[in-house]
Amino acid sequence: MYEGAIQDLIDELGRLPGIGPKSAQRLAFHVLSADPIDVRRLAASLVKVKEVVKFCTICFNVAEDDKCRICRDPRRSDEILCVVEEPKDVVAIERTNEFRGRYHVLGGAINPLEGVGPDNLRVRELMQRLADGEVKELILATDPNTEGEATATYIALLVKPMGITVSRLASGLPVGGDLEYADEITLGRAFEGRRTI
Amino acid sequence: MAYVPGMRRPLQRDDAVVLRVQKLGESDRIITLLTRRHGRIRAVARGVRKMTSRYGARLEPFGHVDVQWALGSGLHTISQVEGLALLGKHFVEDYPRYTAACAIMETAERLTSEEDQPALRLFLLTLGALRALADGEHAGTLVLDAYLLRAMAHEGWAPALAECAVCATPGRHRAFSVAAGGCVCPNCRPPGAAHPHPLTIDLMIALLGGDWKTADAAEPAQRRECSGLVAAHLQWHMERALRSLPLVDRGERT
Repeated sequence: MYEGAIQDLIDELGRLPGIGPKSAQRLAFHVLSADPIDVRRLAASLVKVKEVVKFCTICFNVAEDDKCRICRDPRRSDEILCVVEEPKDVVAIERTNEFRGRYHVLGGAINPLEGVGPDNLRVRELMQRLADGEVKELILATDPNTEGEATATYIALLVKPMGITVSRLASGLPVGGDLEYADEITLGRAFEGRRTI
Repeated sequence: MAYVPGMRRPLQRDDAVVLRVQKLGESDRIITLLTRRHGRIRAVARGVRKMTSRYGARLEPFGHVDVQWALGSGLHTISQVEGLALLGKHFVEDYPRYTAACAIMETAERLTSEEDQPALRLFLLTLGALRALADGEHAGTLVLDAYLLRAMAHEGWAPALAECAVCATPGRHRAFSVAAGGCVCPNCRPPGAAHPHPLTIDLMIALLGGDWKTADAAEPAQRRECSGLVAAHLQWHMERALRSLPLVDRGERT
């Protein structure tokens, strides 16, 4: 147990996700020994991120203005909408350079065990976006786990009567892997989603 | 067998139902399992959120798995998993059944308040309910209500349905009081007791006793009333409300 400012810093760092007491102590002593300019820059970044960053009013991605960079881009298609769970999923899909439509960030997945239902996500806002009839295809890119699949099923249930094409990201084998190491569910999904070449 | 710090961790193996998964750190998960012989345990599954994980898909909720874990002083660590019946795939394509399965999982977790305490009957009941839900032979809400009634009976607080909950006078009584513990006779009826339809009480008796012919024939109004009474009775006996129960989709979407 240390005294004063160093213990306060250890306590604050220890409240961050994935940071245990030992890691908090290591980081605190790293900050203590670091160049004061670097520490001021870190502190300024922490303050700025809370003051400047907000959610895009259209897609709920992180943004510094009312609209995010993707919603402002006139070259992107308004006819294809990709639904993801978190802003970090937008970044992952953008890295592929394969998708030129717009996004909608739900803010999580339906998980009744944690008390998260459709009303806790931005499903209502999604339905409002789809109501104007501009979107022709909805891509459900929620995580390929139980909560993500159930969320996709729920949204598809709501959207299909609107006459919009609903698609789901394919599941299957990772590129660069050996077939013998694939588990039965992934391999089964890969067989279900096979395509002619 | 207890884990002694400094000694090599002993391994244990059992079949189990995956009740809950929670994110841990960068790529790990804490898995809550209801095992056949060891009761409820919590164990860390390392690296299962990575796309390259060899057994992450087998540790999704609702799965019946054969699992091996290394004992730890706090959390155990999962070392091997084989899928016996990965039932989750049946639920993710049917939203109402998914929400019903979640309520079953949360109930099972809450009824096993202490870890590492064997709960064979509850394990068998939970596995049976998940299988019935996956088969789709009966309505999801009926399977859920049957599970809740039988789980409450296992805990010793099933509602009295064929006698007065207060004075034990046998017979079918019209009034139902959650606080009194079930059906109550006119002499014992407390103020504010509900008066469900007699067929609703018949449905509850059928679900508790496994009479699926009667249960499947029940009208939607009786099913709704039955679900309300069962939920109220369950919540009364639980210290904290179940989070998943209000989110169960009973197919009444407008």
